[in-house]
Amino acid sequence: MITLNRVTRIFDSRDGDQITALEDVSLEIGTNEFITLVGPSGCGKSTLLRIVAGLILPTAGTATIGGQPITEPRSETGIVFQAPTLLPWASVLDNVLLPLRMMRRMDSGSTDKAAALLKLVGLDGFESKSPRELSGGMQQRVAICRALVHEPDILLMDEPFGALDALTREEMTMELLRIWGERPKTVLFVTHSITEAVVLADRVVVMSPRPGRIAEIIDIKSPRPRSFHVEGDPAFHDASRRIRQLIFGNRHVDPGRAAA
Amino acid sequence: MSTQVAPPLEKPRRAARRKPPSAALYEVVVPLIATAAAFLVWEAICQAFKVPSYLVPPPSAIWNDTIAIGPTVFWHSLATLKTVLLGFVFSIAISLPLAVLLTASPAIASAIYPFLVWTQSVPKVALAPILVVVLGSNELPRIVITVLVAFFPLVISSATGLMSVPPELIELSRACRASKWSELWRIRLPYAIPFIFAGLKVAISLAVVGAVVAEFVNADAGLGFLIVTSTAFFKVPVAFGALIILSIMGVVLFQIVVIAERVFFPWSSGNAPVAS
Repeated sequence: MITLNRVTRIFDSRDGDQITALEDVSLEIGTNEFITLVGPSGCGKSTLLRIVAGLILPTAGTATIGGQPITEPRSETGIVFQAPTLLPWASVLDNVLLPLRMMRRMDSGSTDKAAALLKLVGLDGFESKSPRELSGGMQQRVAICRALVHEPDILLMDEPFGALDALTREEMTMELLRIWGERPKTVLFVTHSITEAVVLADRVVVMSPRPGRIAEIIDIKSPRPRSFHVEGDPAFHDASRRIRQLIFGNRHVDPGRAAA
Repeated sequence: MSTQVAPPLEKPRRAARRKPPSAALYEVVVPLIATAAAFLVWEAICQAFKVPSYLVPPPSAIWNDTIAIGPTVFWHSLATLKTVLLGFVFSIAISLPLAVLLTASPAIASAIYPFLVWTQSVPKVALAPILVVVLGSNELPRIVITVLVAFFPLVISSATGLMSVPPELIELSRACRASKWSELWRIRLPYAIPFIFAGLKVAISLAVVGAVVAEFVNADAGLGFLIVTSTAFFKVPVAFGALIILSIMGVVLFQIVVIAERVFFPWSSGNAPVAS
């Protein structure tokens, strides 16, 4: 569904230098596939996400969705950011409806659709609350509803649980898997957490920094539905170890073996 | 961050209802007592040292002399209030579009900024007589002076507010392929509300200053005019009376802006940057 062919993106920095955020990245993403992007800071994960979103254009190479080159944002894509960035003056329901209003696609069924989404993430009854009255995790659920309200077929998530505490984070990860199970979509999920990346993904794209490249793409074969119990799974363990190895080199993988 | 839903609104509201005695005590009663005490001390010093009333009049003389020409003073106050309010309204009408223009593009900002800085660096008192010649001896130059004194902080804080939107929301609006207008109306302007109100609070106070400056130079009515004429005839108590009315006007207008923000944009108060 999404095809990146030798995508390179170069930014001009303020002092006139050129920074290569992405170099020669090729990736093929299938319909309703769950892809996680993991890698250290500065490896171009967010840049890749924004290229797929159509918010920035590649310097070289091509990015296409369904064969169409991505030249501008497309309305069938939903985005969730690290911060919920809800509008503080608007109710939860109005926040969810914001994309429809901005796209001028409000109709008589819109409110019901938004309410159904809030029910899906366990926030029924919170429609008229103000975002301030919600916890961080709840706010991020609202942000997910906002990204889904226009029924996109692609969901882009830029470290969506990065600002949450560890427990809420695990809960939200499971929640996301459940939502994805009920409403399948092509998901591109950026994260710093290796565990999160492996639990969620069909394939984990491991990236290396300066310049941002794909180091390796790892298939996660653990059966679905998954939970954090798969952490004990040998397949899960191997995948996590391999990702750690790719990111840190051999240094931090296994102190016992490194010493030997 | 991980706190659950805030407790139902019923409790804090009831607590707030029980609170007023002490809140009112500190917000209203104490300042009133302090002000009254200050006036008493002032009166006592004037009486004790027999300070001549044409230098520093005691509060009693101010009160008596001002009340004696009450209707005239009231009429002058209305004239000033009219200038202040018209100046304030025009300041808003000019500042908000200017702020939008300033934030629209760096090129427009660079084109407009020199003019803005010029309006602030030119001494308004020096400009006033020239404006009277250019615009005629009527209400118009007074409003122009008031606007020139009052609008600048409003432009700057509104522009800052329009730029304070989290970049993700701007990306979201682009991802929704929203028009610039819709982005301004649905995201940027509401985000700027706390900043705009911080600017409005400064602007309303400056509007009073601007109106009086304008009246010093060119007026046949207004509290500024009253101060100039009464001091010319050594009616110092009346000048002091006008001064006190001006400061009360300033405080009341400021409070009206504060209350308007609380009533119309309750989510805004608390988010507001500190008004300078």
